[in-house]
Amino acid sequence: MSYNVNSKGYYGDFGGAYIPEMLYPNVEELRQNYLKVMTEPSFINAFNALLKDYVGRPSPLYFAKRLSEKYNTKIYLKREDLNHTGAHKINNTIGQILMAQRLGKKRIIAETGAGQHGVATATVCALMGLECIVYMGAVDIERQAPNVARMKMLGATVIPANSGSKTLKDATNEAIRDWINNPVNTYYIIGSVVGPHPYPDMVARFQAVVSEEMQWQLQEKEGRKDPDYVIACVGGGSNAAGAFYHYLDTPKVKLIAAEAAGLGVHSGESAATSILGKEGIIHGSKTLLMQTPDGQITEPYSISAGLDYPGVGPMHANLYKTKRAEFIAITDDQAMEAGLELSMLEGIIPAIESSHALAVFKQKTFKTDDVIVLSLSGRGDKDLDTYSKHFKL
Amino acid sequence: MNRIQTKLKEDKKLLSIYFSAGYPSVNDTVEIIQELESNGVDMIEIGLPFSDPLADGPTIQESSTQALKNGMTSELLFQQLQSIRASVSIPLIIMGYFNPILQYGVEAFCKACQEVGIDGLIIPDLPVDVYDENYKHLFKKYGIINVFLITPQTSQERIRYIDSISEGFIYMVSSASVTGSSSGFQTEQTDYFKRVANMELQAPQIVGFGISNQETFKQATQHTKGAIIGSAFIKHLSANGIKNIDTFVNTILH
Repeated sequence: MSYNVNSKGYYGDFGGAYIPEMLYPNVEELRQNYLKVMTEPSFINAFNALLKDYVGRPSPLYFAKRLSEKYNTKIYLKREDLNHTGAHKINNTIGQILMAQRLGKKRIIAETGAGQHGVATATVCALMGLECIVYMGAVDIERQAPNVARMKMLGATVIPANSGSKTLKDATNEAIRDWINNPVNTYYIIGSVVGPHPYPDMVARFQAVVSEEMQWQLQEKEGRKDPDYVIACVGGGSNAAGAFYHYLDTPKVKLIAAEAAGLGVHSGESAATSILGKEGIIHGSKTLLMQTPDGQITEPYSISAGLDYPGVGPMHANLYKTKRAEFIAITDDQAMEAGLELSMLEGIIPAIESSHALAVFKQKTFKTDDVIVLSLSGRGDKDLDTYSKHFKL
Repeated sequence: MNRIQTKLKEDKKLLSIYFSAGYPSVNDTVEIIQELESNGVDMIEIGLPFSDPLADGPTIQESSTQALKNGMTSELLFQQLQSIRASVSIPLIIMGYFNPILQYGVEAFCKACQEVGIDGLIIPDLPVDVYDENYKHLFKKYGIINVFLITPQTSQERIRYIDSISEGFIYMVSSASVTGSSSGFQTEQTDYFKRVANMELQAPQIVGFGISNQETFKQATQHTKGAIIGSAFIKHLSANGIKNIDTFVNTILH
C-alpha cells in the first residue's frame, strides 16, 4: 500500500476533484499536463536552476546541538527559513509559475492567509513579468500589513475578500470565483496541498525537494539517509508534505504532524482539524474539515495565521486515518514557548507555524540515539509583533 | 413520470426561479413557493444555503449567509416542505452544495426529498463522473432527477456524455461566470446557445446565470427550453420582502 496519490487523485478515501463544471476545463487541462510537464528535462532544469540560484537551495540541514542536549536526543533542523522570502512556500510558487508559463497562461491569481504564499507568488510573478492578483481576507489585510506592503512593492494587486469570515477560507473562495470568471487566460497558484486533484499532488511534488535534500544531507552527516522521525507543522500541509514526501512509503521513518490547537483542542478556539474535523468537501477536495453537524464550514483559530485553515490536505487526512503519521495538537502557549526556546538556545527565531513543530519535544520523549529531522518551515520576522506582545518584550 | 419530465413536455418556454431557503426570514420558504406558483412560474429551485458557495456571486452569497444566520438547515427545510405538495404542483428542485448533503447522508437526503415531493437536485460541486459511479443508484431508487451543468467551455464530447446521463434538463450556464455577474447577452452567448441547440440533445436545455428581466429571458429562451432567474429575484426579495412577488413575475412574463 502506498501513501501517495493514486491514478484517480485519491489518497485512500480522501482527495478527488469536487469542483463545479465551470472549473472542469481548467482543472482537467492541468490534470492532463502536470506530470508530463514536470518530467520534461527542460522543465526540471529550469526549476532546479531557480531553486539553486534564486531561492538559495539546498537549504542547510543543521545539527541543533544545544536543543539536542536539552531534550537528550539528536535534532536536525531543515532550514527552510533561510529560503528567499523566508519560508518553504517559494519552492511551490517557483514550480507553479513555470507550469503556468508552459500552459501559456498570462494572468496569475492566488489566495493568501498570513501573506506568506501571497508574497511568494508576487515574487515569482515579478521574476517572470506576469500579472499577479492576490486574494486576501479583509481581516488578514488588517493584521498582516507588512506582507501586504511587500506584495504591493512586488507589483501585485491585493484584493480584499469581504465574504464570510474574511479570512483564508474566504480568500480561497474568492480566488476560485475569479478562476470561474476567467477560465481561459488565468492560472491559479494554490499555496498548499489542498484543492482539487491534481493540486495536492503537484504541490507535494514541488515541495518534495525538502525531503530529497534531507536524504543526502543526512547521509553525509549520519551515514544513513533515513532518520527515525520527521516532524513538521500542518495547516493545509504543504511543508509537512514536502518533509514527509520521500519517506511516505518507508515505514521505519516515523512521521509526526504538529497541529494548531489554539487555546486548547476543545476550547472552541482551535484549528486541530484531525481531531475536530469530519469527512467532507472543502475547496474541491474530500478531506477532514471542521464543520457544523449540518455541513457548514466553521472558522478555525490559531495564533499562527498560517495554520488556521478549517481543512487539511487529503494526503494528511489519509496519514491520520491510517495512523501512518502521529498528529500532536499544540496550543498557542506551547508553540510560543518553543519559539522563544529555539531563539535562546540556537539563535534562530522561527515562524510561529514552525514553533508548533518545535513544541513537540515537550509533548513526546525521544531516545538518546534517535535521529530527528524537524522542518523549520519559516523564519519569525513576520511574527515579531506577536512574539513581543505575548512575552511583553 | 417525474414532474420535471412532465413539465418539460409542455409546449412553452419555461420560467424557473431560484431563491435561498430561509431568506429573507426563516419561515418565508413556503409562502415564496406558493406565490411563485400562483403567478405562473413553471419550476422552482430552492437554494439550500451553504457557508462557502464557490459558484455564486455576492447576491446569492449574502442571501445564503443571511439564511444560515436565520437558522436554516437541511433538517428545517424538509420540515418546512412537509406538506408543500398539498398546495403546490409545479416541479421543485433543491439546489445546494455537496457538503451539507454529504453530512445529511446522500441516501437519507434523497429519501427526504422523495417524502416531501422534491423532484430533482442540482449540486454544482458534485462532479458528473462521481455521481455516475457512486450515487446514481440512490437517486434512481428515490426517483430524484439530478441536473448537470454545462458552460461555454464544456467540450462537445463532454456535453454528449452529460446528455446521456441526464433524465431531466441540462442546466446551461450562460457564460464563464459566477451567478449574478453579467447583464445582457452578447453574440458570443447566443452563438453558444445555438451551437448546443444544433447538437439536438435528448435533454432540453434551460439557461441560468445572467437572466434578470424580460429582455434577457426572451434572448435566453430563443434557442432553449427555458431560463432560470436567481440573483435578480433575490434582490427583489431583499428590497421588498415577500410582498409584490406577483409584480416581479409579471414583469418577466408579460
